[in-house]
Amino acid sequence: MRAAAITVADLRVVRGDAVVLPGLSCEVETGSVTGLLGPSGSGKSTLLRAIVGVQKIVSGSVDVLGHPAGSADLRSRIGYMTQAPSVYGDLTVGENLVFFARVLDAPLTAVDRVLGEVSMEDFRRRLVNRLSGGQRARVSLAAALLAEPDLLVLDEPTVGLDPVLRRDLWELFHHLTEHGTTLLVSSHVMDEADRCHALLLLREGTLLAHASPAELRRRTGKDNLEDVFLRLIEERV
Amino acid sequence: MVSQLRRDPRTIALIVGVPCVLMVLLQQLFGRHSPVFQEVGTPMLGLFPFITMFLVTSVTMLRERTSGTLERLMTMPLHKIDIVAGYGIAFALVAVVQATVVSLLALGLLGLSVAGPNWLVVVLAVANAVLGSTLGLFVSAFAETEFQAVQFMPAVVLPQILLCGLFVARDQMATWLRAISYALPLTYAYDALARTGADEINDVWFAIDCLVVTGSIVLAIALGAATLRRRTA
Repeated sequence: MRAAAITVADLRVVRGDAVVLPGLSCEVETGSVTGLLGPSGSGKSTLLRAIVGVQKIVSGSVDVLGHPAGSADLRSRIGYMTQAPSVYGDLTVGENLVFFARVLDAPLTAVDRVLGEVSMEDFRRRLVNRLSGGQRARVSLAAALLAEPDLLVLDEPTVGLDPVLRRDLWELFHHLTEHGTTLLVSSHVMDEADRCHALLLLREGTLLAHASPAELRRRTGKDNLEDVFLRLIEERV
Repeated sequence: MVSQLRRDPRTIALIVGVPCVLMVLLQQLFGRHSPVFQEVGTPMLGLFPFITMFLVTSVTMLRERTSGTLERLMTMPLHKIDIVAGYGIAFALVAVVQATVVSLLALGLLGLSVAGPNWLVVVLAVANAVLGSTLGLFVSAFAETEFQAVQFMPAVVLPQILLCGLFVARDQMATWLRAISYALPLTYAYDALARTGADEINDVWFAIDCLVVTGSIVLAIALGAATLRRRTA
């Protein structure tokens, strides 16, 4: 296993009265696509927020690319896509990306590059508010790709996309790892799990498993990843 | 931010048009040559930008907080003061347009006469707008929905308007009310404009007014930046 891009140790997060993560530890390998899977409410987004450094944590530690999460040094090295498309609805696609490129100090040529990467070249002059949910999500993803980050943290990037686009995006993710980029991608769709090098299965804030899809199949004797997940839950109980 | 507004012509029309209509109403209500219009007209040129900018900023900033764009910006190499200052500058630009149009209308067509220099009226009106927008930015931290944000207008702005000296001259107020009025920034903004209208800008109080308004803007920016948290619960 190569060096860990992310190391989470005994992470405890409480939001309001609810303990979201009671004490989570995990690692994400550099240059891999790691899938963070789990049902809605399992703590996926909270873990991702802790990794990008915007989540208040009670105890434990999160190290990212050799720095504590949230360090100023990391801010130009992480691309983060939130679950809700965090782009300005009353600006055009191009204006959004130019704005974020300025904030990130990225060259304006990066705007054309990322529009190509998410197949949105034809939408540059369109207002984001007039786009569909999937198109908005792609604009949000494009913004995360602007600075060619070392780590991409993507919260459900493929929700609502048609199968062809989903396949294209996963090809893009793998292409990025060839340049050493690490990706952590959350999803609640099990059929995307097969495209990941490693999987983190999360349920009710605890880690059920951390292994490659092939290894999980071998361990549980199940072929379908949905069954694998069920099997792992049963083992716990 | 400015390009956001550019795409929203209705908001622009409201920001610039509403104060113009209100000024016309004010003039018609009291009459062109009435001492009341001549007296309150000048400070009104500052009050309108203060109110509109307070509202526009608190709602825009709330949208930024709830849409996730603020969270994204917080993961980027950007200082918190950049965000606040960026908003301050963007709204100041809008305020320049608003204050200029309303002042031209009032001083030209409506026959408002200002004893002090006219450009000073515009500068003070812009300062009022910036004060309004920095306060709006600060209070937006305490609102969770747009309904709440709009309610901060009567809660934060109206008491200041009641006590700033517009309705009752401050030296005729009950002592405790006057004491409160000293603590409210709009009091000084109002007083500065009133003194410009009455040509009392060489008065030491005018200098104090300007200092307090500037200080309040700086304080509101600092408080606003402090409410922007990188980490949230």
